[in-house]
Amino acid sequence: MLRIDCPCCGVRDHSEFRYGGDATAERPAHDNPDLDAWYRYVYVRANPKGLHREFWQHVLGCRQWLVVERDTVTHSIHSVSFSRRQRA
Amino acid sequence: MSRYSVFSLLRHAATGNRGWQRAWRAASPKASYDVVIIGGGGHGLATAFYLAENHGIRNVAVLEKGYIGGGNVGRNTTVIRSNYLLDGNTQFYEFSMKLWEGMSTALNFNVMFSQRGQLVTAHSADQLDTFTHRANVMRSNGIDAEILDREAVRKLVPYLDFSDTARFPIHGAIFQGRAGTARHDAVAWGYARAASGHGVDIIEGCEVTDFVRQGDRIIGVETTRGRIGAGRIGLAVAGHTSVLAQKAGLELPIESHLLQAFVTEPVKPLVDHVVAYGADHFYLSQSDKGGLVFGGNLDGYNSYAQRGNTGVLREVCEAAIALMPNISRLRLLRHWGGIMDMTPDASPIISLTPVDGLYLNGGWCYGGFKATPASGWCFAEMLATGETPALIRGYGLGRFRSGHMIDEAGAGPFAWLQ
Ligand SMILES: Cc1cc2nc3c(=O)[nH]c(=O)nc-3n(C[C@H](O)[C@H](O)[C@H](O)COP(=O)(O)OP(=O)(O)OC[C@H]3O[C@@H](n4cnc5c(N)ncnc54)[C@H](O)[C@@H]3O)c2cc1C
Ligand SMILES: [Zn+2]
Repeated sequence: MLRIDCPCCGVRDHSEFRYGGDATAERPAHDNPDLDAWYRYVYVRANPKGLHREFWQHVLGCRQWLVVERDTVTHSIHSVSFSRRQRA
Repeated sequence: MSRYSVFSLLRHAATGNRGWQRAWRAASPKASYDVVIIGGGGHGLATAFYLAENHGIRNVAVLEKGYIGGGNVGRNTTVIRSNYLLDGNTQFYEFSMKLWEGMSTALNFNVMFSQRGQLVTAHSADQLDTFTHRANVMRSNGIDAEILDREAVRKLVPYLDFSDTARFPIHGAIFQGRAGTARHDAVAWGYARAASGHGVDIIEGCEVTDFVRQGDRIIGVETTRGRIGAGRIGLAVAGHTSVLAQKAGLELPIESHLLQAFVTEPVKPLVDHVVAYGADHFYLSQSDKGGLVFGGNLDGYNSYAQRGNTGVLREVCEAAIALMPNISRLRLLRHWGGIMDMTPDASPIISLTPVDGLYLNGGWCYGGFKATPASGWCFAEMLATGETPALIRGYGLGRFRSGHMIDEAGAGPFAWLQ
């Protein structure tokens, strides 16, 4: 069981959360006509063996979307923060 | 290499079983090969075998970082079926099924292919309707399929929960009689032995760490056992496709995810078929040793750790008991995990790539064992001819750009939902 330290609720088992995937993919602007940009956003993944920045939503808690930095080999979690603070 | 037969068995039995040879040659890397295959799993070994057998290309090496059979080919739950709905999948998996039916003979190795039949239970009238649609598609492609009503299912598998208190009552099932299981290690060993017999070098303990380039072309690999030149390179590394593709400058629509498998203590013969639970992602069969072998969902987040999570363990056991309450007291003997490539449409990628000299075989998600022979057959043809065989035209990398996904689960571009 991963233990995610929600900045709002404290440490909880990951079964309280919903996984949201790669947090590094940047959504193109709504009116961006560049197909390649959309292809990369929707499909292409870096899929690192090591540190991964990923979204988790605390569905059974505060319902906040979080960005978690986790090692995909050891499952150790390096940081957790609110996703809304991630983008300027 | 001497052939296995009843007579060789008797001869060796009479001489104390001391004369058996290694199943395949222990090879050391040569300076270069016509074709280098990275990954000594089922798919890589099958590819090497068919390169030699079908195309006469024998100057081939299979490079495996661990040992043959240590990857997913030896970690899966061995289910083989061809009950797919979508064009591209339907024909490919049936071609694979036909190869399974002749495999032990073709390889002179008993892979214990057991066509015990597989049924998927339906738990609503709607679900049975969609299964009927699928059965019709299968039959129109010449694949065996039957729709069973509740009473027919009860007759076949009376040990499932048919009580009034079942959480999801069984309405019926789709049944494929030719589906079944095979001894997974034997598949790796059989292909390795047959390929080696054709002159292929199978090199264990040899990890590929980088690619060697000449201009835009890849002309070899760096390995833990030195540099090896290659005319063409086939990548077949199951859950590690992204790691290696990245070194070749290739970005892919793949995430690595963990799937677990479970085995109970052995019991007397109880489950004759492969049974899949249509109300949840769960399936089971009984091994020849008597253990119930089963599996369920992915752990659900990117992972390269070959060990599983207890949350999924509990969910899978809950599904097991919902389907078969009578196994609730059985002890779980073992569970383990394997890392798989998950694609956004749950279909594989067997493809030419933008990198000259590099050919890709990956993205097998959790159903790739059944594909082993067809995958090897087609990938060998691709490596031999440089062209895409008709049977795998749907599995190209370009499908994500063009919108021609083959999405059986209909889950959208979310690898962990496939
Ligand atoms: C728990 C579980 C249950 C499954 N159940 C089923 C099932 O019931 N039916 C089904 O059809 N499929 C099933 N699958 C999926 C199936 O096992 C895989 O899709 C398939 O086996 C993958 O192909 P492979 O056999 O070539 O992979 P592998 O056997 O994993 O081969 C890849 C090889 O590449 C090697 N490798 C990786 N990196 C390098 C490197 N840098 N250099 C050299 N070698 C390298 C690895 O060591 C490995 O041996 C299951 C998978 C799992 C994990
Ligand atoms: Zn919270």
